[in-house]
Amino acid sequence: MNYHWNWNVFFQTIPSGDETYLAWIIHGLGWTVSISLAAWVIALVLGSVMGTLRTVPNTGLRLIGHAWVEFFRNVPLLMQLFIWFFVVPEMLPRDWGMWVKQDMPAKEFITAFVALGLFTSARVAEQVRAGIQALPRGQRNAGLAIGFTQAQTYRYVILPMAFRIIIPPLTSEFMNAFKNSGVAYTVGVWELIFVSRQMVEETGGQVIESLIVPTVLYILCAYAANQLMAVIDRRAHVPGFIVAK
Amino acid sequence: MFSTLDFSVIPLALPAIFKGLAFSLELTLIAMIGGVILGTLLALARLSGGKWLGRAAKFYVDIMRSIPLLMMILWFFFLIPLLTGQPIGQEKSAIITFTLFQAAFYSEIMRAGIQSIPRGQVNAALAIGMTYWQSMGHVILPQAFRNMVPVLLTQTFVLFQDTSLVYAIGATDLLKAAENAGMLYGRTVEMYLFVSLIYFAICFALSMLVKYMNKRIAIIR
Amino acid sequence: MTKFHLLLASALLCSLGTAQAQVDGTLKKISDTKSITLGIRESSFPLSYLDANQKPIGYHIDVCMAIVEAVKTRLQNPKLEVKMQAVTSQNRIPLMVNGTIDLECGSTTNNLDRQKQVAFAPTTFVTNVRMAVKKASGITDLDHLGGKPVATTTGTTSVALMRANEKGKSIDFKEVYGKDHADSFLMLETDRAVAFVMDDNLLAGLIANSKSPSDYALVGAPLSIEPIAIMLRKDDPQFKGLVHATISDMAKTGALTKLYNKWFLAPIPPKGINLNFAMSDALKALMAKPNDNPAEMYNTKK
Repeated sequence: MNYHWNWNVFFQTIPSGDETYLAWIIHGLGWTVSISLAAWVIALVLGSVMGTLRTVPNTGLRLIGHAWVEFFRNVPLLMQLFIWFFVVPEMLPRDWGMWVKQDMPAKEFITAFVALGLFTSARVAEQVRAGIQALPRGQRNAGLAIGFTQAQTYRYVILPMAFRIIIPPLTSEFMNAFKNSGVAYTVGVWELIFVSRQMVEETGGQVIESLIVPTVLYILCAYAANQLMAVIDRRAHVPGFIVAK
Repeated sequence: MFSTLDFSVIPLALPAIFKGLAFSLELTLIAMIGGVILGTLLALARLSGGKWLGRAAKFYVDIMRSIPLLMMILWFFFLIPLLTGQPIGQEKSAIITFTLFQAAFYSEIMRAGIQSIPRGQVNAALAIGMTYWQSMGHVILPQAFRNMVPVLLTQTFVLFQDTSLVYAIGATDLLKAAENAGMLYGRTVEMYLFVSLIYFAICFALSMLVKYMNKRIAIIR
Repeated sequence: MTKFHLLLASALLCSLGTAQAQVDGTLKKISDTKSITLGIRESSFPLSYLDANQKPIGYHIDVCMAIVEAVKTRLQNPKLEVKMQAVTSQNRIPLMVNGTIDLECGSTTNNLDRQKQVAFAPTTFVTNVRMAVKKASGITDLDHLGGKPVATTTGTTSVALMRANEKGKSIDFKEVYGKDHADSFLMLETDRAVAFVMDDNLLAGLIANSKSPSDYALVGAPLSIEPIAIMLRKDDPQFKGLVHATISDMAKTGALTKLYNKWFLAPIPPKGINLNFAMSDALKALMAKPNDNPAEMYNTKK
């Protein structure tokens, strides 16, 4: 291979700065993890609500849930982020818009995790709906028969079961949140992909070194997410309960 | 300020956008077909009972599922030529990457599909004298495939949306074509909104198709 | 310069010889594959960009085509296939190193870091890194930017440049980053940033193409002066000799100036705007005495 290797690059100081490239990477990892986790919280909360709404008897509520899912999953994340970042602030009253654009603290970070959270929420909603619909119909009827209201039936009967059986697909979505967080660089968050790109540039083209470390870190993040969910799955497992597909 | 949105440049940009869209669709289609074939083989490898074959397939799937596609696209683009000494165009590189990457996801779907067929059917096929591969080819896979069509299609529209990531290696897909046009005419916002609409229309149509197929398959069952 | 003259002489000597078998490196590759691949940029206005039909055009594309002609003559093969490969600021160096492209006809700054991996043709354009602002903001200098959001594009040299200026003049910018120049300009347009720091030719193009060009101005002293050159593979004296001879020749005969006028001082596709971007003194000097000095030799004062 005709390539000029330089693994020491990580310990070099960045041009006209005090940090090393290694410090950059650690910084980047911090932002990647923060965006992913913050987005995951949003996705889990909104996804659960919207997914549940899609299964309730009320047509209006079902429609809201359905529209939410179709809206947020049918446009690529990259475009959604662009719209949140560049288009939405222009629709606000001028003063608010200027505040969002210039004075809001951590504005790129907030825009990025909100966009990622909403995008992921549509996918989580689909899993929640599938989980609820996979439950035998008798469970809902049993809940109502013992005098629970619809809300109580969801709270005490349906959701506790549904969430347990959708842990495996939710694991995938959790991992996806990490993997998709990379688009945040397009609005200028210094996360791993941003660092990787900037490193290629400022080191004069040390591509392999600049790619390999972020890649390994992503694999580790995905693995950690996977293991965390596996622990939850083991704890939450319902003995003897296998859902017929 | 967006009261001044100016969509008059869209007709000018249409030829370029259609060309980009054609590539996005081509990439989706090839990666879907290649990915499903390769993914099915991976799924069979994992279920075959062969210890090393199964482990290798699992390792492949796990790795592919842990790395962001954007990273994967960059890796393949830089590494294939470095390793083979053969330059490769960005379109070909994107097609290879997407096929190999999507295979991991399709293989998980196919594995679930195969496992959803009652074990007795394999035994029945073996009992009438079929080999393992015959039983898979004639009995199990056709059913698994049919059951999984909606999920495979759902994965495919994730794939279609992901084609927007090939901008990273300079392949001109729908998004990239729109971006170029936006830059050329100074109308970035309009172009973005326009292609968002195209993506939405195509994905929404696909998701309606999935819904329809789900209903039909529910009837077959 | 003696080394360069030696190269030039050897290139000329080689070209006097008749047999193609003598060629090596890139020329051999081109001769073997009967094709040459040019790396092009899609939006490096007006050096290398796509027209309305997605065809690569621009000042550096024209220069590269002249080099292709010289290669054809050298290889005595008038029917070389010319392939175009879009590259980005991220992948242009790896693609050059791994042999995907043979010449990069984009907007690459020639600097010492890059010279570790690639070689450069004589400088054909000099860009000044400056800032675009809205005229109404009244900003005319870097000193006005303290505490204000300033945009630049991810993965460009300007990111480090802003860092350097921040440190050198102890001004505290709030940097914001666009993923490409269009996004960075949009940040300026939508008041997410009060200034956009970038190569002046790119800024001039973005302003000329914007909705209301008269709202913007290029202001301030250059943050950096950067020689922009066509890029080629390293350690390939034969090909480098040919490229250097061709461009030096074009500079001396005035062919290069003519090309400059065509792209910077006349209406250009796709909208027929005229950048009215007069040739800088630095580039005029290069036309008289072509060289491939890196950026570091242009910015010694700092």
